[in-house]
Amino acid sequence: MTEPTSPAPILRIEGVAKTFGPVTAVDGVSLDIRENEFFALLGPSGCGKTTLLRMLAGFESPSAGRILLDGNDISPLPPEKRPLNLMFQSYALFPHMTVRQNLSYGLEMERLAKAEIIRRVDETMAMTDLTPFAGRKPDQLSGGQKQRVALARALVKRPKVLLLDEPLGALDKKLREKMQLELKRMQHEAGITFVIVTHDQEEALVMADRMAILRDGRLLQVGAPEEIYERPADRFVANFIGVMNFVEGKVGADGIFEAEGLRLALVDAKPGPATLAVRPENVAVGPPGERLAGTVADIAYHGLDRVLHVQTAAAGTPLQVRVPAGTATWRIGDALSLKIDPAKCRVFSGDTP
Amino acid sequence: MSFNATRPTLLAAPGVAWLVAFMVAPCLLVLSYAFFERGVWGGVEYTFTLENFARVADPLYAKIFLNSARIALTASVLAILIAYPAAYAISRAPRMTQPVLLFFAVLPFWSNYLIRTYAWIVLLNREGLVNNLLRKLGYTGEPLSMLYTEGAVITGLVYNYLPFVILAIYSVLSRLNPELMEASRDLGAGPVRTFLRVTLPLTLPGVAAGGVFVFVLSIGNFVTPALLGGGRFQMVGNLVYDQFLTANDWPFGAALGAALIATMIVLLLVQARATAHASGERAGEARE
Repeated sequence: MTEPTSPAPILRIEGVAKTFGPVTAVDGVSLDIRENEFFALLGPSGCGKTTLLRMLAGFESPSAGRILLDGNDISPLPPEKRPLNLMFQSYALFPHMTVRQNLSYGLEMERLAKAEIIRRVDETMAMTDLTPFAGRKPDQLSGGQKQRVALARALVKRPKVLLLDEPLGALDKKLREKMQLELKRMQHEAGITFVIVTHDQEEALVMADRMAILRDGRLLQVGAPEEIYERPADRFVANFIGVMNFVEGKVGADGIFEAEGLRLALVDAKPGPATLAVRPENVAVGPPGERLAGTVADIAYHGLDRVLHVQTAAAGTPLQVRVPAGTATWRIGDALSLKIDPAKCRVFSGDTP
Repeated sequence: MSFNATRPTLLAAPGVAWLVAFMVAPCLLVLSYAFFERGVWGGVEYTFTLENFARVADPLYAKIFLNSARIALTASVLAILIAYPAAYAISRAPRMTQPVLLFFAVLPFWSNYLIRTYAWIVLLNREGLVNNLLRKLGYTGEPLSMLYTEGAVITGLVYNYLPFVILAIYSVLSRLNPELMEASRDLGAGPVRTFLRVTLPLTLPGVAAGGVFVFVLSIGNFVTPALLGGGRFQMVGNLVYDQFLTANDWPFGAALGAALIATMIVLLLVQARATAHASGERAGEARE
């Protein structure tokens, strides 16, 4: 997939770094975020994603690098002067104000006319289904309602970019799944660029147009979810996104990957020690004797399909294989063989990470 | 079930007994004097009268009452103005140093009240440290008479009760989610508007608690006005003291005391309502 060149970046992060004393939280990150895209900053906790978001909002100043909004460097501006808004993880709703007052607050700060404020607040409350709760205080709202108020309070400002810090983190699983689609819909309706921080790879895959994977303050990979899922840049990304099987082995001079009981012809693999990575859905199961021999160690039923955990000589941990639920029924202990699709494998050079 | 219901009562019993025996009973006894006539040689003549309360409303005494209220109010406001920035600074300090800073803020409180008040005499008198310092700095005029002024009384009151106010405001500030202030900045409010519209309204319960505390203790105080006011600035506390120990008019002293207690109760009720309102909001959050 080639990078579409069309919309210019609305937000450009240029070599941004942040150190807290001896700790480097963000280590030279460069990123372009395009107009109207739903962009996810994804990584495990402590990877620097929240620090990066706080630098965008203006609560931390970068130790190095620049942040450009529409081509203008906004890094010297305080938070109140930036046309970006942040939806806080804790929601940070003002407890002494009603829902309407919470929403009006940001517009009053812009010194808009009273009638204009009322009109825009009404409009935003209607869009986020908050109209019946206009007179309530935050402590009279459920978790999901508070989440919507936090979103509406940021949206009503019509920011150029909306920043969301783990926006669904405090919600239970059912509501979270509903809100993932809801957020996407609102992003579409409002026509605003969303930058969301999350540690939940599934959430990022579902919502984001593009995503960036961070680890230890460094940017590992940027791309559309399919790109990252299908062609992870390194072993960490491969393991972090979705389920991945790893087989340690080596690539010979002939370009053939070899591990105990497994030989696989690969294109453009560098000779030397290597790790083969393959998704459970890219492994086929056959009767014993064909390819990589194994025995079924465990079976997990997932409704539409089953995941077989197959113990082989090639890898220490059982390999996961996804088979349609209706196909031949395997039992624990059955011998079988696995066929790995070489076109859908990734090979990472070097020893174990 | 009955065990669970009686246990709290049992646990509270010693405290309640102590308060009733040594606080409530003597207070009621003294207050009851207010309804009787004064004995010829001091003490109480047990003839019912409301005369004492009428005297409290006499312009002479009402003026002292109002004067005391004004001094107490000034002390409260000054204490809040000094304590708020201090409490704010402490709440913003690194987590590890906050207890240390609080310790130093409260430290003077652990010395004797009288000694602390006498220290101000040393500082403020005509040959005191402040005047000496001014002279060293090149001031040649008459030494300033700072002692035995209303200003000295207010200074003493503010100084003595400041730690309470710092603690009261700090306890509210430290519980405030800092993201609320960040949210305000993010929504376009500068530091000043953020303080006026978010921080201050949400910390008012602490301000009210500290302010009422200073007011209630100041309006009834008789030590500080006696020592730093030199008896020239009579406050209600001194008046009550005089009625019992000098004028030997116990019933009138009791009536003055009753008026003072009534004022305090009203203020404490107002403050309790404000606090209950604010904590009700917090309890609502916890309900989640």
